[in-house]
Amino acid sequence: MPAEQLAGLSDLFVVGAVLLYVFAMVAFALELAYGQARAGAAPARRRLVAAGAGGPGEEIAEDAPEPKVVQAAPWAAKAGVAALGMAWFGWAANLGAIITRGLAVERWPWGNMYEFVVAICFAVVTAFLVTQVRQNVRFLGAFVMLTAALGLGFAVKVLYTAAGPVVPALNSYWVAIHVTAAIVASGLFTLAGVSGVLYLVRGDGLSRLPSRADLERVAHRAIVLSFPIWTFAVIAGALWADRAWGRYWGWDPKEVWSFITWVAYAAYLHARVTAGWRGRAATIVQLVAFACLLFNLVGVNIFISGLHSYADVAGAR
Amino acid sequence: MTVEELEKEQAPKQARLGLVGWLRWVWRTLTSMKTALILLFLLALASVPGSLVPQRGVEPDKVARFYQQYPTLAEWYDRVQLFEVFTSVWFAAIYLLLFTSLVGCIIPRTLTYARELRRRPPAAPRNLSKLPHHAEIDGDLTAEEAARRLRRLRFRVETGDGWVSAEKGYLRETGNLLFHVALLGVLVAVAVGSLYGYRGNVLVVEGDGFANTVAAYDRFIPGNQVSAESLEPFSFELRDFKATYQVQGDKRGQELDYSAYLKVNDSPGAPARDYELKVNEPLEINGTQTYLIGHGYAPVFKVTDGKGQVAFEGPVPCLIELKPTLTSGCVVKAPDAQPTQLGFLLRFLPTSVPLTDGSYASAFPGAVNPEVQVLGVFGGDLGVRSGEPQSVYELAKPEVMRKLKPLVMGTKVPKPLAVGQKLDLPDGTGKLEFTGVKEWITLQIAYDPGRFPALLASGTAVVAIALSLMIRRRRVFVRVKDGRAEVGGLTRTEGSAAGFAEEFADIVKVLSAGDKDAR
Ligand code: HEM
Repeated sequence: MPAEQLAGLSDLFVVGAVLLYVFAMVAFALELAYGQARAGAAPARRRLVAAGAGGPGEEIAEDAPEPKVVQAAPWAAKAGVAALGMAWFGWAANLGAIITRGLAVERWPWGNMYEFVVAICFAVVTAFLVTQVRQNVRFLGAFVMLTAALGLGFAVKVLYTAAGPVVPALNSYWVAIHVTAAIVASGLFTLAGVSGVLYLVRGDGLSRLPSRADLERVAHRAIVLSFPIWTFAVIAGALWADRAWGRYWGWDPKEVWSFITWVAYAAYLHARVTAGWRGRAATIVQLVAFACLLFNLVGVNIFISGLHSYADVAGAR
Repeated sequence: MTVEELEKEQAPKQARLGLVGWLRWVWRTLTSMKTALILLFLLALASVPGSLVPQRGVEPDKVARFYQQYPTLAEWYDRVQLFEVFTSVWFAAIYLLLFTSLVGCIIPRTLTYARELRRRPPAAPRNLSKLPHHAEIDGDLTAEEAARRLRRLRFRVETGDGWVSAEKGYLRETGNLLFHVALLGVLVAVAVGSLYGYRGNVLVVEGDGFANTVAAYDRFIPGNQVSAESLEPFSFELRDFKATYQVQGDKRGQELDYSAYLKVNDSPGAPARDYELKVNEPLEINGTQTYLIGHGYAPVFKVTDGKGQVAFEGPVPCLIELKPTLTSGCVVKAPDAQPTQLGFLLRFLPTSVPLTDGSYASAFPGAVNPEVQVLGVFGGDLGVRSGEPQSVYELAKPEVMRKLKPLVMGTKVPKPLAVGQKLDLPDGTGKLEFTGVKEWITLQIAYDPGRFPALLASGTAVVAIALSLMIRRRRVFVRVKDGRAEVGGLTRTEGSAAGFAEEFADIVKVLSAGDKDAR
């Protein structure tokens, strides 16, 4: 297939992914809205571990009945399953968009901000779906889908760049290493960020939103996984800078903000083990770190010029 | 952090403080987790202006422009070192405090850890059903068999009368300590690099050479401990330069690739070798790296003066004015011209095309139809011999410019010169010939002895932090009584209880293996 057709197909896939994510979001939201309400503090959840029955996915038992329980509509769980199916289809379309784009431009398809954001949305959804395979986190579905749909929409509306070659400095295998790691880490950080926002939005009482303990657990695990990956991404970036610009670290704005993001997530990990900082305060630290990540991704590319000005956004220079 | 540490941290401070007590209090406060946390915040916060205010080490020209635009503000910025955030006193204060805190944190924890490594796992608690993870196994599992199976799972095992106690995941703390030590290593490596390394920039035109001496650089930034003799004595000649550009489509004119073809002498006597220098592929000679970082055009001119003598001949590197088309501005100075010195302001168009309004512009960065526009020719004292530093990209300082006599102004010479064409100056003051096109490259040459240590330390940090975050410290206990075995487990790592549940189930499976009725 010629490059233009592949590029066009990629654009179609993106639109398809947005639609599927939106449908999935609605279905997830229905499940959440008509499902059972949860208490704020972690309810006395029993785990059926000793029984050891079934796969890990079924390990967590239903919530222990609370004194005041809002009953679930009978079809709510079905909506959740349908939502999950649509999320997987959206995921596949997102993957299709990335692959066809890569084939069209004959390089790694993350050479500009548009491609980068599409890939991060894919990473967010992947992180969510993979977690879902291991443990039930459907309660996050609506918010993850919303984030991914908004992200893709932002990419298409604001960042869109026609398929094409990149500047010579980007023609390097380091793109595969450094940018891929950054994408994976960003995806996981985003999942944690979504959980963090919900944590703050949700009070401590009875609510249809997931419990605070669940939210914190998801966020912590995502960050624990992504922090080493982000560390690696920053170091790989330094190695690349060493090849391309003759110094491994030069405090270029992008480097500064990667460093700030890294320090902020390190602060989160410390806050979690510091007396008086657990819970709410740690969550706020996590969200500040996430804001730094977003600023590095969007703000630095658009507002601050530097060696990393590969963003290729119309009007950004 | 362990519970003991936590308690120590929260314990009420002594009321009466002598000097020693006071010092101890300072040290305790400095090495507490809360201080570390606050210092981490401060470090992040202090980095922010480094990305918002232009930095002298990164963009000196932007700092200069800032000085012109906001002189008073710039002075204040300079006073608080905002133009060099990352080498400022206050930035150093924060990270030095943080690393002091880190050392104060690592040493006691390493000691505790070393002691813990030698200690055997504690005896199994009496009532295993109170532990967060618990299971019962029917059958004839003996304590010895349980211990054997747990050892095979790489647990550290202690046995007693009818009980087994096993622990695993010591690597978590190893990783954590190693990570923090590696951070110190990175700091040291960076410091070594900045003391013993150097960095310099140079522009080389096709056909010219470069020898690695301090004098050959356009800009040279040495570390404190670098002497002029310590530079690696290599040299090279720039034989040729080639760039390719996208010819069609939306991205027409975008660079696709470029290479500089060098003839390199690794040391003064060594045989010359060919080297193709590209972006992302530096030339390395004994730890000194030469990087290709930019390129542009250097049209070749010949200036003949009013007496018929050649007053200037050679390539003139031009500054890029418009990056997408490589439209460049050039300055030619002929201070030796007689009877009057001559100065030219020119514009180089790599692919010159006429526009509808009669002017000319470059349509493409490649040299398809190279032409030179004469913007102005001036006669008079250019001030080259005044002893003041001169820029090759500027004809003269404004005050000198005002005294020069304009011989030709841009509006009178609409048609640009093609290669081989010449412009006769009025009143027999001379002529300018455009004889050819060469290209220039800019290089960064760097020597940084801290590179490999920094890589080593940061590589260690990644592996160590992965160990520290992925591994959980966990204990498993077994009590055997009357043909029934009870298994209990707990993890000391918060937040990973769900993950441990899976592992615990697997352990129970292994312990009951061979027994059909295990569950
Ligand atoms: C250079 C700045 C520092 C960075 C980037 C940093 C980074 C980290 C990271 C990423 C972790 C998470 C590992 C884990 O949870 O196991 C961690 C844990 C830890 N850090 Fe730091 N750290 C720094 C300085 C310090 C200082 C100054 C102290 C001492 C006051 C300290 C004490 C600790 C402790 C006790 C843990 C273990 C937490 C746990 O058991 O989970 N760190 N550090």
